Amino acid sequence: MNDQKALLQYTLRLADDGLILGHRLSEWCGHGPILEQDIALTNTALDHLGRARSLYQYAAALFNTLPEADKATFFTSVSLQKEVSEGTAIDEDDLAYLRDGWDYRNVLLVERPNEDWAYTVARSFFYDAFNSLFFKELAKSNDESLAAIAEKSLKEVTYHLRWSSEWCVRLGDGTDESHARMQQAINELWAYTGELFTMNDADAAVAAQGIGMDLAALRPQWKELVALVFDEATMAMPADAWMHTGGKDGRHTEYLGYILAELQFVQRAYPGMEW
Amino acid sequence: MTVHSFQEHFDKKIDGDVAIEPRDWMPDDYRKTLIRQISQHAHSEIVGMLPEGNWISRAPSLRRKAVLLAKVQDEAGHGLYLYSAAETLGITRDELYEQLHSGKAKYSSIFNYPTLTWADMGAIGWLVDGAAIMNQVPLCRCSYGPYARAMVRVCKEESFHQRQGYEIMLTLANGAPMQKKMAQDALDRWWWPSLMMFGPPDAESGNTEQSMRWRIKRLTNDELRQKFIDVTVEQANILGLTIPDKDLKWNEERGHYDSGAINWDEFWNVVKGNGPCNKQRLDTRKKAWADGQWVRDAAMAHAEKRKARKATAKAA
Repeated sequence: MNDQKALLQYTLRLADDGLILGHRLSEWCGHGPILEQDIALTNTALDHLGRARSLYQYAAALFNTLPEADKATFFTSVSLQKEVSEGTAIDEDDLAYLRDGWDYRNVLLVERPNEDWAYTVARSFFYDAFNSLFFKELAKSNDESLAAIAEKSLKEVTYHLRWSSEWCVRLGDGTDESHARMQQAINELWAYTGELFTMNDADAAVAAQGIGMDLAALRPQWKELVALVFDEATMAMPADAWMHTGGKDGRHTEYLGYILAELQFVQRAYPGMEW
Repeated sequence: MTVHSFQEHFDKKIDGDVAIEPRDWMPDDYRKTLIRQISQHAHSEIVGMLPEGNWISRAPSLRRKAVLLAKVQDEAGHGLYLYSAAETLGITRDELYEQLHSGKAKYSSIFNYPTLTWADMGAIGWLVDGAAIMNQVPLCRCSYGPYARAMVRVCKEESFHQRQGYEIMLTLANGAPMQKKMAQDALDRWWWPSLMMFGPPDAESGNTEQSMRWRIKRLTNDELRQKFIDVTVEQANILGLTIPDKDLKWNEERGHYDSGAINWDEFWNVVKGNGPCNKQRLDTRKKAWADGQWVRDAAMAHAEKRKARKATAKAA
Protein backbone atom coordinates (compact mmCIF):
# COMPACT_ATOMS: atom_id res chain seq x y z
CA MET A 1 0.00 0.00 0.00
CA ASN A 2 1.48 3.37 -0.94
CA ASP A 3 1.50 6.26 1.48
CA GLN A 4 -1.47 8.17 0.15
CA LYS A 5 -3.67 5.10 -0.04
CA ALA A 6 -2.71 4.19 3.51
CA LEU A 7 -3.52 7.70 4.72
CA LEU A 8 -6.86 7.57 2.91
CA GLN A 9 -7.70 4.20 4.43
CA TYR A 10 -6.74 5.47 7.88
CA THR A 11 -8.75 8.70 7.55
CA LEU A 12 -11.75 6.76 6.31
CA ARG A 13 -11.65 4.47 9.30
CA LEU A 14 -11.69 7.39 11.71
CA ALA A 15 -14.58 8.90 9.76
CA ASP A 16 -16.50 5.61 9.68
CA ASP A 17 -16.07 5.18 13.43
CA GLY A 18 -17.63 8.60 13.95
CA LEU A 19 -20.49 8.11 11.52
CA ILE A 20 -21.48 4.68 12.78
CA LEU A 21 -21.27 5.54 16.48
CA GLY A 22 -23.11 8.80 15.78
CA HIS A 23 -25.78 6.76 14.00
CA ARG A 24 -26.17 4.39 16.94
CA LEU A 25 -26.37 7.23 19.47
CA SER A 26 -28.85 9.13 17.31
CA GLU A 27 -31.18 6.12 17.53
CA TRP A 28 -31.83 7.23 21.12
CA CYS A 29 -33.14 10.63 20.03
CA GLY A 30 -36.71 10.87 21.29
CA HIS A 31 -36.45 7.59 23.24
CA GLY A 32 -34.10 8.40 26.12
CA PRO A 33 -34.86 7.56 29.77
CA ILE A 34 -34.56 11.20 30.92
CA LEU A 35 -35.24 14.25 28.78
CA GLU A 36 -31.97 15.94 29.80
CA GLN A 37 -30.05 12.78 28.81
CA ASP A 38 -31.86 12.57 25.52
CA ILE A 39 -30.49 16.04 24.80
CA ALA A 40 -26.99 15.19 26.05
CA LEU A 41 -26.72 12.02 23.97
CA THR A 42 -27.97 13.76 20.84
CA ASN A 43 -25.29 16.38 21.40
CA THR A 44 -22.67 13.65 21.48
CA ALA A 45 -24.12 12.03 18.37
CA LEU A 46 -23.78 15.42 16.65
CA ASP A 47 -20.13 15.66 17.74
CA HIS A 48 -19.33 12.25 16.27
CA LEU A 49 -21.18 13.09 13.08
CA GLY A 50 -19.45 16.46 12.82
CA ARG A 51 -16.02 14.87 13.22
CA ALA A 52 -16.93 12.24 10.65
CA ARG A 53 -17.86 14.97 8.17
CA SER A 54 -14.52 16.77 8.55
CA LEU A 55 -12.72 13.46 8.06
CA TYR A 56 -14.82 12.45 5.04
CA GLN A 57 -14.14 15.80 3.43
CA TYR A 58 -10.44 15.25 3.91
CA ALA A 59 -10.69 11.65 2.69
CA ALA A 60 -12.56 12.80 -0.43
CA ALA A 61 -9.79 15.30 -1.16
CA LEU A 62 -7.19 12.55 -0.75
CA PHE A 63 -9.15 10.23 -3.02
CA ASN A 64 -9.61 12.86 -5.72
CA THR A 65 -5.85 13.29 -6.06
CA LEU A 66 -5.08 9.56 -6.39
CA PRO A 67 -3.81 8.34 -9.79
CA GLU A 68 -6.74 7.37 -12.04
CA ALA A 69 -5.82 3.68 -11.97
CA ASP A 70 -5.98 3.63 -8.16
CA LYS A 71 -9.28 5.50 -8.08
CA ALA A 72 -10.92 2.94 -10.32
CA THR A 73 -10.13 0.05 -7.99
CA PHE A 74 -10.05 1.63 -4.53
CA PHE A 75 -13.73 1.02 -3.71
CA THR A 76 -15.92 -1.84 -4.85
CA SER A 77 -19.01 0.21 -5.47
CA VAL A 78 -20.82 0.53 -8.78
CA SER A 79 -21.97 4.09 -8.10
CA LEU A 80 -18.54 5.30 -7.00
CA GLN A 81 -16.80 3.64 -9.94
CA LYS A 82 -19.30 5.33 -12.24
CA GLU A 83 -18.44 8.74 -10.81
CA VAL A 84 -14.74 8.00 -11.20
CA SER A 85 -15.14 6.88 -14.81
CA GLU A 86 -17.11 10.05 -15.56
CA GLY A 87 -14.29 12.10 -14.08
CA THR A 88 -16.48 13.51 -11.26
CA ALA A 89 -14.76 14.49 -8.02
CA ILE A 90 -16.31 12.64 -5.06
CA ASP A 91 -17.45 14.32 -1.82
CA GLU A 92 -18.29 13.47 1.79
CA ASP A 93 -21.74 12.16 0.91
CA ASP A 94 -20.43 9.82 -1.78
CA LEU A 95 -18.19 8.22 0.80
CA ALA A 96 -20.91 7.84 3.41
CA TYR A 97 -23.77 6.89 1.13
CA LEU A 98 -22.27 4.91 -1.74
CA ARG A 99 -19.81 2.47 -0.17
CA ASP A 100 -20.90 -1.02 0.76
CA GLY A 101 -19.97 -2.63 4.09
CA TRP A 102 -16.71 -4.18 2.92
CA ASP A 103 -15.36 -0.72 2.16
CA TYR A 104 -16.36 0.53 5.63
CA ARG A 105 -13.41 0.40 8.02
CA ASN A 106 -14.94 1.19 11.42
CA VAL A 107 -14.11 -0.97 14.43
CA LEU A 108 -16.74 -3.56 15.35
CA LEU A 109 -17.37 -1.96 18.74
CA VAL A 110 -19.19 1.07 17.33
CA GLU A 111 -21.66 -0.95 15.27
CA ARG A 112 -22.86 -2.99 18.26
CA PRO A 113 -26.56 -2.29 18.90
CA ASN A 114 -27.78 0.02 21.67
CA GLU A 115 -29.56 -2.80 23.55
CA ASP A 116 -30.22 -0.73 26.66
CA TRP A 117 -28.79 2.29 28.49
CA ALA A 118 -26.04 0.18 30.10
CA TYR A 119 -24.75 -1.20 26.77
CA THR A 120 -24.90 2.27 25.28
CA VAL A 121 -22.93 3.72 28.18
CA ALA A 122 -20.37 0.89 28.17
CA ARG A 123 -19.81 1.13 24.40
CA SER A 124 -19.33 4.89 24.62
CA PHE A 125 -17.12 4.63 27.67
CA PHE A 126 -14.70 2.16 26.04
CA TYR A 127 -14.57 4.24 22.90
CA ASP A 128 -14.37 7.63 24.64
CA ALA A 129 -11.52 6.41 26.86
CA PHE A 130 -9.68 5.27 23.74
CA ASN A 131 -10.41 8.54 21.93
CA SER A 132 -9.14 10.63 24.82
CA LEU A 133 -5.70 9.00 24.40
CA PHE A 134 -5.80 8.63 20.64
CA PHE A 135 -6.68 12.21 19.74
CA LYS A 136 -4.11 13.57 22.18
CA GLU A 137 -1.46 11.73 20.15
CA LEU A 138 -3.03 12.49 16.79
CA ALA A 139 -2.97 16.20 17.61
CA LYS A 140 0.85 15.87 17.30
CA SER A 141 0.56 14.22 13.87
CA ASN A 142 2.72 15.65 11.11
CA ASP A 143 -0.35 15.57 8.86
CA GLU A 144 -1.75 19.04 9.45
CA SER A 145 -5.34 18.23 8.53
CA LEU A 146 -5.55 15.27 10.91
CA ALA A 147 -3.77 17.21 13.64
CA ALA A 148 -6.29 20.05 13.36
CA ILE A 149 -9.28 17.70 13.45
CA ALA A 150 -7.75 15.91 16.46
CA GLU A 151 -7.20 19.18 18.29
CA LYS A 152 -10.83 20.17 17.85
CA SER A 153 -12.08 16.69 18.76
CA LEU A 154 -10.13 16.60 22.01
CA LYS A 155 -12.41 19.21 23.59
CA GLU A 156 -15.48 17.20 22.65
CA VAL A 157 -13.95 13.89 23.70
CA THR A 158 -13.17 15.27 27.15
CA TYR A 159 -16.87 15.95 27.63
CA HIS A 160 -17.89 12.59 26.15
CA LEU A 161 -15.58 10.74 28.51
CA ARG A 162 -16.86 12.65 31.51
CA TRP A 163 -20.44 11.82 30.53
CA SER A 164 -19.85 8.11 29.94
CA SER A 165 -17.62 7.73 33.04
CA GLU A 166 -20.25 9.35 35.22
CA TRP A 167 -22.94 7.06 33.89
CA CYS A 168 -20.70 4.02 34.39
CA VAL A 169 -20.39 5.00 38.03
CA ARG A 170 -24.08 5.87 38.41
CA LEU A 171 -25.24 2.55 37.00
CA GLY A 172 -22.47 0.48 38.58
CA ASP A 173 -23.00 2.02 42.00
CA GLY A 174 -26.76 2.53 41.69
CA THR A 175 -29.31 -0.23 42.30
CA ASP A 176 -28.76 -4.00 42.20
CA GLU A 177 -30.45 -4.11 38.83
CA SER A 178 -28.35 -1.36 37.30
CA HIS A 179 -25.20 -2.92 38.72
CA ALA A 180 -26.02 -6.26 37.13
CA ARG A 181 -26.94 -4.70 33.79
CA MET A 182 -23.79 -2.59 33.70
CA GLN A 183 -21.56 -5.54 34.50
CA GLN A 184 -23.22 -7.63 31.82
CA ALA A 185 -22.76 -4.90 29.22
CA ILE A 186 -19.09 -4.56 30.15
CA ASN A 187 -18.52 -8.30 30.00
CA GLU A 188 -20.13 -8.64 26.61
CA LEU A 189 -18.55 -5.60 24.97
CA TRP A 190 -15.09 -6.30 26.38
CA ALA A 191 -14.34 -8.67 23.49
CA TYR A 192 -14.72 -5.73 21.09
CA THR A 193 -12.19 -3.47 22.82
CA GLY A 194 -9.07 -5.31 21.61
CA GLU A 195 -9.56 -4.16 18.03
CA LEU A 196 -9.08 -0.53 19.06
CA PHE A 197 -5.39 -1.31 19.63
CA THR A 198 -4.60 -3.61 16.68
CA MET A 199 -2.34 -2.38 13.90
CA ASN A 200 -3.30 -3.18 10.31
CA ASP A 201 -1.27 -2.26 7.21
CA ALA A 202 -2.68 1.25 7.05
CA ASP A 203 -1.90 1.82 10.74
CA ALA A 204 1.67 0.61 10.29
CA ALA A 205 2.18 2.73 7.17
CA VAL A 206 0.90 5.97 8.73
CA ALA A 207 2.80 5.29 11.97
CA ALA A 208 6.01 4.96 9.96
CA GLN A 209 5.36 8.37 8.41
CA GLY A 210 4.83 10.10 11.74
CA ILE A 211 1.15 10.62 10.92
CA GLY A 212 -0.28 7.86 13.05
CA MET A 213 0.99 6.09 16.14
CA ASP A 214 1.62 2.73 17.76
CA LEU A 215 -1.89 1.91 18.92
CA ALA A 216 -0.80 -1.07 21.00
CA ALA A 217 1.22 1.34 23.14
CA LEU A 218 -1.99 3.12 24.17
CA ARG A 219 -3.53 0.04 25.72
CA PRO A 220 -1.83 0.10 29.15
CA GLN A 221 -2.94 3.72 29.68
CA TRP A 222 -6.42 2.85 28.46
CA LYS A 223 -6.65 -0.02 30.93
CA GLU A 224 -5.54 2.26 33.73
CA LEU A 225 -8.20 4.79 32.83
CA VAL A 226 -10.86 2.10 32.65
CA ALA A 227 -9.74 0.54 35.93
CA LEU A 228 -10.00 3.88 37.69
CA VAL A 229 -13.62 4.35 36.66
CA PHE A 230 -14.52 0.70 37.24
CA ASP A 231 -13.15 0.98 40.73
CA GLU A 232 -15.47 3.85 41.54
CA ALA A 233 -18.32 2.11 39.72
CA THR A 234 -17.72 -1.11 41.71
CA MET A 235 -17.41 -2.96 38.40
CA ALA A 236 -15.15 -5.95 37.87
CA MET A 237 -12.65 -5.74 35.01
CA PRO A 238 -13.14 -8.71 32.69
CA ALA A 239 -10.18 -11.02 32.12
CA ASP A 240 -8.49 -10.61 28.75
CA ALA A 241 -9.69 -13.39 26.50
CA TRP A 242 -10.59 -13.69 22.82
CA MET A 243 -10.94 -10.36 21.05
CA HIS A 244 -13.04 -9.91 17.90
CA THR A 245 -11.43 -8.08 14.99
CA GLY A 246 -12.12 -7.50 11.32
CA GLY A 247 -13.84 -4.14 11.07
CA LYS A 248 -10.64 -2.26 10.24
CA ASP A 249 -10.20 -4.54 7.23
CA GLY A 250 -13.84 -4.38 6.13
CA ARG A 251 -15.07 -7.63 7.70
CA HIS A 252 -17.98 -6.59 9.87
CA THR A 253 -20.71 -8.03 12.05
CA GLU A 254 -24.15 -8.58 10.55
CA TYR A 255 -25.34 -5.33 12.11
CA LEU A 256 -23.45 -3.01 9.76
CA GLY A 257 -25.40 -4.12 6.69
CA TYR A 258 -28.67 -3.02 8.30
CA ILE A 259 -27.22 0.28 9.46
CA LEU A 260 -26.12 1.02 5.90
CA ALA A 261 -29.39 -0.18 4.37
CA GLU A 262 -31.16 2.41 6.47
CA LEU A 263 -28.57 5.17 6.25
CA GLN A 264 -28.18 4.92 2.47
CA PHE A 265 -31.80 4.26 1.54
CA VAL A 266 -32.72 7.59 -0.08
CA GLN A 267 -29.47 7.89 -2.05
CA ARG A 268 -29.88 4.32 -3.27
CA ALA A 269 -33.56 4.65 -4.24
CA TYR A 270 -33.11 8.06 -5.92
CA PRO A 271 -29.51 8.06 -7.16
CA GLY A 272 -27.58 11.09 -8.35
CA MET A 273 -29.80 13.84 -6.94
CA GLU A 274 -29.21 16.87 -4.76
CA TRP A 275 -30.99 16.85 -1.42
CA MET B 1 -56.59 41.21 51.59
CA THR B 2 -59.82 39.42 50.84
CA VAL B 3 -60.24 37.08 47.88
CA HIS B 4 -62.17 39.87 46.27
CA SER B 5 -59.28 42.31 46.51
CA PHE B 6 -56.80 39.62 45.35
CA GLN B 7 -58.95 39.22 42.28
CA GLU B 8 -59.09 42.97 41.76
CA HIS B 9 -55.32 43.25 42.01
CA PHE B 10 -54.90 40.40 39.51
CA ASP B 11 -57.36 41.93 37.06
CA LYS B 12 -55.56 45.24 37.26
CA LYS B 13 -52.28 43.58 36.40
CA ILE B 14 -53.83 41.77 33.46
CA ASP B 15 -55.41 44.95 32.17
CA GLY B 16 -52.16 46.86 32.59
CA ASP B 17 -50.15 44.17 30.79
CA VAL B 18 -48.09 43.49 33.92
CA ALA B 19 -46.76 39.94 33.91
CA ILE B 20 -48.13 37.47 36.43
CA GLU B 21 -45.27 35.67 38.20
CA PRO B 22 -45.26 32.26 39.96
CA ARG B 23 -45.59 33.68 43.50
CA ASP B 24 -48.39 36.07 42.61
CA TRP B 25 -51.95 35.27 43.55
CA MET B 26 -53.94 34.00 40.56
CA PRO B 27 -57.45 32.57 40.15
CA ASP B 28 -57.57 28.76 40.22
CA ASP B 29 -59.00 28.60 36.73
CA TYR B 30 -56.21 30.79 35.37
CA ARG B 31 -53.68 28.39 36.90
CA LYS B 32 -55.53 25.34 35.57
CA THR B 33 -55.86 26.80 32.09
CA LEU B 34 -52.16 27.59 32.00
CA ILE B 35 -51.13 24.15 33.22
CA ARG B 36 -53.34 22.61 30.56
CA GLN B 37 -52.03 24.82 27.79
CA ILE B 38 -48.33 24.80 28.72
CA SER B 39 -48.24 21.07 29.34
CA GLN B 40 -50.09 20.39 26.10
CA HIS B 41 -47.47 22.49 24.40
CA ALA B 42 -44.60 20.67 26.17
CA HIS B 43 -46.06 17.27 25.27
CA SER B 44 -46.37 18.42 21.66
CA GLU B 45 -42.67 19.16 21.58
CA ILE B 46 -41.78 15.75 23.00
CA VAL B 47 -44.20 13.73 20.90
CA GLY B 48 -43.28 15.98 17.97
CA MET B 49 -39.72 14.61 18.14
CA LEU B 50 -40.99 11.25 16.89
CA PRO B 51 -42.26 11.94 13.35
CA GLU B 52 -39.05 13.77 12.49
CA GLY B 53 -36.91 11.38 14.50
CA ASN B 54 -38.26 8.78 12.08
CA TRP B 55 -35.96 10.20 9.36
CA ILE B 56 -32.74 10.88 11.30
CA SER B 57 -31.24 7.53 10.36
CA ARG B 58 -32.30 7.96 6.70
CA ALA B 59 -31.52 11.62 6.05
CA PRO B 60 -30.19 11.83 2.48
CA SER B 61 -26.97 13.76 3.14
CA LEU B 62 -24.66 14.24 6.09
CA ARG B 63 -25.49 17.93 6.28
CA ARG B 64 -29.24 17.22 6.31
CA LYS B 65 -28.69 14.56 8.96
CA ALA B 66 -26.78 16.94 11.21
CA VAL B 67 -29.38 19.70 10.81
CA LEU B 68 -32.30 17.34 11.44
CA LEU B 69 -30.64 15.85 14.51
CA ALA B 70 -29.99 19.34 15.88
CA LYS B 71 -33.56 20.34 15.14
CA VAL B 72 -35.09 17.38 16.95
CA GLN B 73 -32.73 18.10 19.83
CA ASP B 74 -34.04 21.69 19.92
CA GLU B 75 -37.54 20.28 20.30
CA ALA B 76 -36.41 18.30 23.33
CA GLY B 77 -35.00 21.57 24.65
CA HIS B 78 -38.33 23.34 24.08
CA GLY B 79 -40.06 20.54 25.94
CA LEU B 80 -37.66 21.09 28.80
CA TYR B 81 -38.29 24.86 29.09
CA LEU B 82 -42.02 24.32 28.85
CA TYR B 83 -42.14 21.57 31.48
CA SER B 84 -40.12 23.90 33.70
CA ALA B 85 -42.58 26.75 33.07
CA ALA B 86 -45.48 24.41 33.95
CA GLU B 87 -43.68 23.33 37.12
CA THR B 88 -43.74 26.93 38.38
CA LEU B 89 -47.52 26.51 38.61
CA GLY B 90 -47.21 23.77 41.21
CA ILE B 91 -47.20 20.52 39.26
CA THR B 92 -44.27 18.10 38.78
CA ARG B 93 -42.85 16.84 35.53
CA ASP B 94 -43.66 13.27 36.56
CA GLU B 95 -47.30 14.23 37.07
CA LEU B 96 -47.34 15.86 33.65
CA TYR B 97 -45.89 12.73 32.03
CA GLU B 98 -48.47 10.66 33.83
CA GLN B 99 -51.22 12.81 32.31
CA LEU B 100 -49.72 12.35 28.85
CA HIS B 101 -49.36 8.60 29.20
CA SER B 102 -52.86 8.11 30.56
CA GLY B 103 -54.35 10.11 27.70
CA LYS B 104 -55.69 12.79 30.04
CA ALA B 105 -53.43 15.47 28.55
CA LYS B 106 -53.44 16.09 24.83
CA TYR B 107 -50.71 17.07 22.40
CA SER B 108 -50.97 18.66 18.98
CA SER B 109 -52.87 16.31 16.68
CA ILE B 110 -50.58 17.06 13.75
CA PHE B 111 -48.03 14.61 15.19
CA ASN B 112 -50.47 11.77 14.70
CA TYR B 113 -49.79 11.86 10.98
CA PRO B 114 -47.01 9.69 9.52
CA THR B 115 -43.79 10.92 7.88
CA LEU B 116 -43.63 8.87 4.70
CA THR B 117 -40.93 10.46 2.58
CA TRP B 118 -37.95 12.75 3.06
CA ALA B 119 -40.07 15.62 1.74
CA ASP B 120 -42.13 15.38 4.93
CA MET B 121 -39.11 16.81 6.78
CA GLY B 122 -39.42 19.82 4.51
CA ALA B 123 -43.19 20.08 4.85
CA ILE B 124 -43.10 19.78 8.64
CA GLY B 125 -40.49 22.50 8.95
CA TRP B 126 -42.22 24.77 6.50
CA LEU B 127 -45.89 24.23 7.43
CA VAL B 128 -46.01 22.75 10.91
CA ASP B 129 -43.27 24.92 12.36
CA GLY B 130 -44.63 27.83 10.33
CA ALA B 131 -48.07 27.36 11.92
CA ALA B 132 -46.45 26.91 15.33
CA ILE B 133 -44.68 30.25 14.95
CA MET B 134 -47.97 31.98 14.10
CA ASN B 135 -49.45 30.51 17.26
CA GLN B 136 -46.43 31.18 19.41
CA VAL B 137 -45.24 34.66 18.54
CA PRO B 138 -48.26 36.23 20.30
CA LEU B 139 -47.53 33.98 23.29
CA CYS B 140 -44.27 35.87 23.85
CA ARG B 141 -46.60 38.59 25.22
CA CYS B 142 -48.75 36.16 27.19
CA SER B 143 -49.71 37.35 30.68
CA TYR B 144 -47.89 34.57 32.53
CA GLY B 145 -44.20 35.59 32.82
CA PRO B 146 -42.43 32.20 32.76
CA TYR B 147 -44.46 31.04 29.76
CA ALA B 148 -43.90 34.27 27.85
CA ARG B 149 -40.15 34.11 28.50
CA ALA B 150 -39.91 30.47 27.45
CA MET B 151 -41.73 31.35 24.25
CA VAL B 152 -39.22 34.05 23.32
CA ARG B 153 -36.49 31.42 23.17
CA VAL B 154 -38.69 28.83 21.49
CA CYS B 155 -39.76 31.27 18.77
CA LYS B 156 -36.18 32.17 17.85
CA GLU B 157 -35.38 28.51 17.25
CA GLU B 158 -38.67 27.81 15.49
CA SER B 159 -37.99 30.45 12.90
CA PHE B 160 -34.69 28.71 12.11
CA HIS B 161 -36.60 25.41 11.85
CA GLN B 162 -39.11 26.90 9.50
CA ARG B 163 -36.37 28.21 7.23
CA GLN B 164 -34.60 24.85 7.09
CA GLY B 165 -37.88 23.14 6.20
CA TYR B 166 -38.56 25.62 3.46
CA GLU B 167 -35.03 25.16 2.16
CA ILE B 168 -35.61 21.39 1.90
CA MET B 169 -38.80 22.09 -0.07
CA LEU B 170 -36.98 24.54 -2.32
CA THR B 171 -34.25 22.01 -3.08
CA LEU B 172 -36.83 19.34 -3.90
CA ALA B 173 -39.04 21.66 -5.92
CA ASN B 174 -36.05 22.67 -8.04
CA GLY B 175 -34.71 19.13 -8.27
CA ALA B 176 -35.55 16.13 -10.45
CA PRO B 177 -39.22 15.63 -11.46
CA MET B 178 -39.70 12.88 -8.87
CA GLN B 179 -38.30 15.13 -6.17
CA LYS B 180 -40.80 17.80 -7.10
CA LYS B 181 -43.52 15.14 -7.03
CA MET B 182 -42.34 14.15 -3.56
CA ALA B 183 -42.57 17.78 -2.40
CA GLN B 184 -46.09 18.17 -3.85
CA ASP B 185 -47.23 14.93 -2.25
CA ALA B 186 -45.96 16.14 1.13
CA LEU B 187 -47.76 19.48 0.72
CA ASP B 188 -50.96 17.61 -0.23
CA ARG B 189 -50.83 15.54 2.93
CA TRP B 190 -49.69 18.23 5.42
CA TRP B 191 -51.69 21.26 4.25
CA TRP B 192 -55.06 20.55 5.85
CA PRO B 193 -53.72 19.12 9.11
CA SER B 194 -51.53 22.26 9.38
CA LEU B 195 -54.62 24.47 9.12
CA MET B 196 -56.25 22.39 11.83
CA MET B 197 -53.33 23.19 14.16
CA PHE B 198 -54.96 26.55 14.94
CA GLY B 199 -57.84 24.75 16.60
CA PRO B 200 -61.60 24.77 15.96
CA PRO B 201 -63.32 27.81 14.42
CA ASP B 202 -63.87 30.71 16.84
CA ALA B 203 -67.59 30.07 17.00
CA GLU B 204 -66.93 26.59 18.42
CA SER B 205 -63.83 27.24 20.51
CA GLY B 206 -64.84 26.94 24.13
CA ASN B 207 -61.65 28.32 25.66
CA THR B 208 -60.97 31.30 23.44
CA GLU B 209 -63.01 34.01 25.14
CA GLN B 210 -61.73 33.46 28.67
CA SER B 211 -58.15 33.01 27.45
CA MET B 212 -58.34 36.27 25.54
CA ARG B 213 -59.65 38.02 28.66
CA TRP B 214 -56.70 36.65 30.64
CA ARG B 215 -54.30 37.63 27.86
CA ILE B 216 -53.05 34.08 27.64
CA LYS B 217 -54.26 34.25 24.09
CA ARG B 218 -53.89 37.38 21.99
CA LEU B 219 -55.44 36.43 18.65
CA THR B 220 -58.31 34.05 17.87
CA ASN B 221 -57.91 30.71 16.10
CA ASP B 222 -59.47 32.02 12.89
CA GLU B 223 -57.37 35.19 12.88
CA LEU B 224 -54.17 33.16 13.22
CA ARG B 225 -55.28 30.66 10.60
CA GLN B 226 -55.99 33.45 8.12
CA LYS B 227 -52.58 34.99 8.74
CA PHE B 228 -50.94 31.64 8.12
CA ILE B 229 -52.81 31.05 4.87
CA ASP B 230 -52.00 34.51 3.55
CA VAL B 231 -48.27 34.08 4.16
CA THR B 232 -48.02 30.47 3.05
CA VAL B 233 -49.79 30.82 -0.30
CA GLU B 234 -47.08 33.21 -1.45
CA GLN B 235 -44.38 30.81 -0.30
CA ALA B 236 -46.01 27.92 -2.19
CA ASN B 237 -46.04 30.07 -5.33
CA ILE B 238 -42.30 30.61 -5.08
CA LEU B 239 -41.85 26.84 -4.79
CA GLY B 240 -44.06 26.29 -7.82
CA LEU B 241 -46.22 23.89 -5.80
CA THR B 242 -50.01 23.83 -5.69
CA ILE B 243 -51.93 24.16 -2.44
CA PRO B 244 -54.56 21.40 -2.44
CA ASP B 245 -57.58 23.70 -2.08
CA LYS B 246 -59.62 24.46 -5.20
CA ASP B 247 -61.49 27.24 -3.38
CA LEU B 248 -58.34 29.15 -2.53
CA LYS B 249 -58.70 32.64 -4.05
CA TRP B 250 -57.48 36.15 -3.30
CA ASN B 251 -60.30 38.33 -2.01
CA GLU B 252 -59.52 41.92 -2.91
CA GLU B 253 -62.23 43.32 -0.68
CA ARG B 254 -61.12 41.48 2.46
CA GLY B 255 -57.44 41.79 1.62
CA HIS B 256 -57.09 38.09 2.44
CA TYR B 257 -57.24 34.73 0.74
CA ASP B 258 -60.56 32.91 0.87
CA SER B 259 -60.16 29.20 1.40
CA GLY B 260 -62.19 26.00 1.32
CA ALA B 261 -63.97 24.31 4.20
CA ILE B 262 -61.83 22.37 6.66
CA ASN B 263 -62.86 18.80 7.37
CA TRP B 264 -63.51 19.17 11.10
CA ASP B 265 -64.78 15.61 11.33
CA GLU B 266 -61.28 14.46 10.50
CA PHE B 267 -59.87 16.82 13.13
CA TRP B 268 -62.13 15.56 15.92
CA ASN B 269 -61.60 11.98 14.85
CA VAL B 270 -57.82 12.38 15.21
CA VAL B 271 -58.24 14.21 18.53
CA LYS B 272 -60.32 11.27 19.74
CA GLY B 273 -57.47 8.92 19.00
CA ASN B 274 -58.22 7.62 15.54
CA GLY B 275 -55.40 9.30 13.61
CA PRO B 276 -52.98 7.11 11.68
CA CYS B 277 -50.31 7.27 14.42
CA ASN B 278 -52.04 8.12 17.74
CA LYS B 279 -51.46 4.73 19.27
CA GLN B 280 -47.96 4.36 17.87
CA ARG B 281 -46.84 7.76 19.19
CA LEU B 282 -48.24 7.27 22.66
CA ASP B 283 -46.95 3.70 22.89
CA THR B 284 -43.49 4.92 21.91
CA ARG B 285 -43.52 7.55 24.66
CA LYS B 286 -44.83 5.07 27.22
CA LYS B 287 -42.21 2.51 26.24
CA ALA B 288 -39.36 5.06 26.51
CA TRP B 289 -40.62 6.00 29.98
CA ALA B 290 -41.09 2.41 31.16
CA ASP B 291 -37.73 1.25 29.73
CA GLY B 292 -36.03 4.18 31.42
CA GLN B 293 -37.41 3.45 34.88
CA TRP B 294 -34.43 1.36 36.04
CA VAL B 295 -32.07 4.07 34.74
CA ARG B 296 -33.85 6.81 36.71
CA ASP B 297 -33.96 4.56 39.78
CA ALA B 298 -30.22 3.94 39.48
CA ALA B 299 -29.47 7.65 39.15
CA MET B 300 -31.59 8.40 42.25
CA ALA B 301 -30.05 5.56 44.25
CA HIS B 302 -26.56 6.68 43.34
CA ALA B 303 -27.28 10.29 44.29
CA GLU B 304 -28.60 9.10 47.66
CA LYS B 305 -25.50 6.99 48.26
CA ARG B 306 -23.25 9.94 47.48
CA LYS B 307 -25.19 12.17 49.81
CA ALA B 308 -25.01 9.63 52.61
CA ARG B 309 -21.26 9.16 52.11
CA LYS B 310 -20.71 12.89 52.19
CA ALA B 311 -22.68 13.19 55.42
CA THR B 312 -20.67 10.33 57.00
CA ALA B 313 -17.40 11.88 55.93
CA LYS B 314 -18.48 15.20 57.40
CA ALA B 315 -19.50 13.63 60.70
CA ALA B 316 -16.16 11.82 60.96
